[in-house]
Amino acid sequence: MNNLKATKEGYVEGILQAGRENSRVVVIEGDVSRSIGSSSFGEEFPERFFNLGVSEQDMLGEAAGLALEGFIPFVGTYGVFVAGRAWDQIRTDICYMNLDVRIGGAHGGISVGPDGATHQALEDIALMRVLPNMKVLVPADSNQTKASVLASLNTGGPVFIRFGRDPVPQVYGMEEPVRIGRGNLLEEGNDVTLVACGVMVSISLEASSILRKKGISAGVIDMVSVKPIDRELLLEQAGSTGAVVVAEDHQISGGLFGAVAEVLALELPVPVASIAVPDSFGTSGSPFELRDRFGLTSTAIAENAERLLG
Amino acid sequence: MMDNTQLLELSMRIRMDVLEMIRAAGSGHPGGSFSAVEILVELYWNVMNVRPGEPRWNGRDKFILSKGHACPALYSVLARRGYFDPSELSTFRKLGSRLQGHPNMLNLQGLDASTGSLGHGLSIACGLAHGMRLNKNNNRVYCLLGDGELQEGSVWEAAMTASHYNLQHLTAIVDRNRVQLDGNVSEVMEIEPLVDKWLAFGWDVIVAEGHSFPSLEKAFEHCRETPYPSVIIANTVKGKGVSFMEGTCKWHGRCPDEEEYDTALREIREGLS
Repeated sequence: MNNLKATKEGYVEGILQAGRENSRVVVIEGDVSRSIGSSSFGEEFPERFFNLGVSEQDMLGEAAGLALEGFIPFVGTYGVFVAGRAWDQIRTDICYMNLDVRIGGAHGGISVGPDGATHQALEDIALMRVLPNMKVLVPADSNQTKASVLASLNTGGPVFIRFGRDPVPQVYGMEEPVRIGRGNLLEEGNDVTLVACGVMVSISLEASSILRKKGISAGVIDMVSVKPIDRELLLEQAGSTGAVVVAEDHQISGGLFGAVAEVLALELPVPVASIAVPDSFGTSGSPFELRDRFGLTSTAIAENAERLLG
Repeated sequence: MMDNTQLLELSMRIRMDVLEMIRAAGSGHPGGSFSAVEILVELYWNVMNVRPGEPRWNGRDKFILSKGHACPALYSVLARRGYFDPSELSTFRKLGSRLQGHPNMLNLQGLDASTGSLGHGLSIACGLAHGMRLNKNNNRVYCLLGDGELQEGSVWEAAMTASHYNLQHLTAIVDRNRVQLDGNVSEVMEIEPLVDKWLAFGWDVIVAEGHSFPSLEKAFEHCRETPYPSVIIANTVKGKGVSFMEGTCKWHGRCPDEEEYDTALREIREGLS
């Protein structure tokens, strides 16, 4: 659980395995394949690898065309640009036609650290989640990222998979599958439920230990499938604990907190707290420093849980 | 192949359909539909290998209407070509219709993509051409763009891709009617020198008269032969066929009233120009 690995490595392992098992898998890149590591797909399958240069809009339109011809394109580029710059293509060319395109959003959240605000994808979950037909996966470690890539092949329509650059703790073993629409209850709890995605999953597990020492029993849900969200698991846990803290490295609006709050507000209005970037742009710094700066820490999660329990 | 007289009669029929559809819907885009009629007729009757009774046939050539607002003309062409009964044209833009205000391929099988947001079609067409190449399929992909649409930067991203990967089975057609929603293209945002632009992006360029079947036929023939991605700059007239709609941005997206409808119908029947 303590060995560190960047989730982007799981993405690359996933597309390589997918490419070996399925000849319809193609990869579209936009001049960042050496950064993501997906250039290795191009070395193994040159005829199924298209580098389109710095042109996110064209990449997504091209992916739509390839999907219409029966291929399964994985489009990989930095999340901030793919979700933002090419949003209209994702909406109209891919989601509206409900095409089998998989989008790899690299450098998710503040994982890209020193590159600063322009390169930190803090709005991508919101931008993708709002689109009809889109599914959004935010894996917690590299094993789960690989499993997310493989799980995306078992579903129809578009899928967005978010991953990051900085090494993060492994939460999962090699063979644990991702089921789209399902979260994982990593720890049972009686007093409060921590719901997290991405890097905040391992940090929520830390928060749960902090709380345990204080005599508070915190459950931890890894909501890898942000959309469709695991409504059943969420309602079951929120119902039994009566309080929820949501943690994500994303803007406070529209991301996992939004997804959780939408379910709870309509079906089970329990007290909810949010650990997220507070409606502000990022800045340069190491991912660790930035999580501290924005309060994306186990201490902050524990404090919010205690506050909810009053 | 249809002869010139038959093609002209068809074009007249299609303009009547378009006018009627827009009147029945109460909205739509007559100007850019009328400018594209002959291009679409030439494609669907003389150029493309298609099976209207089997719209998703694997061996077909594909067509992307990147200027999706011209869909009344495309719907009429598909209906008259035998994809569906022309009586359905009267449902255009109405609740529950397969004939959406902009093309939705999930509703209507004769469509090869959903379009409407400008600047998207050429990238989709590149993806299709790439996919066909991987599938070892020698069919062709055609993509119709508006001239105002060329102001979208994404068009030129796709233009680079097509020449970089030498997608020689791809032909773009620019409906060069010189008018966009807000006014003349040259005044809103000049796109000239257009031939030079496409040449500079590595395309084979041919200029055609977009309302002349012999001219279009020659142009498409050239495109089939060339070893490069090709573009036909088709000089057309916005609102072609109705005197008061021709060459003006006023009829980009407007529905005629009763009197205008009667005059327009008469002019189309009489074969203006």
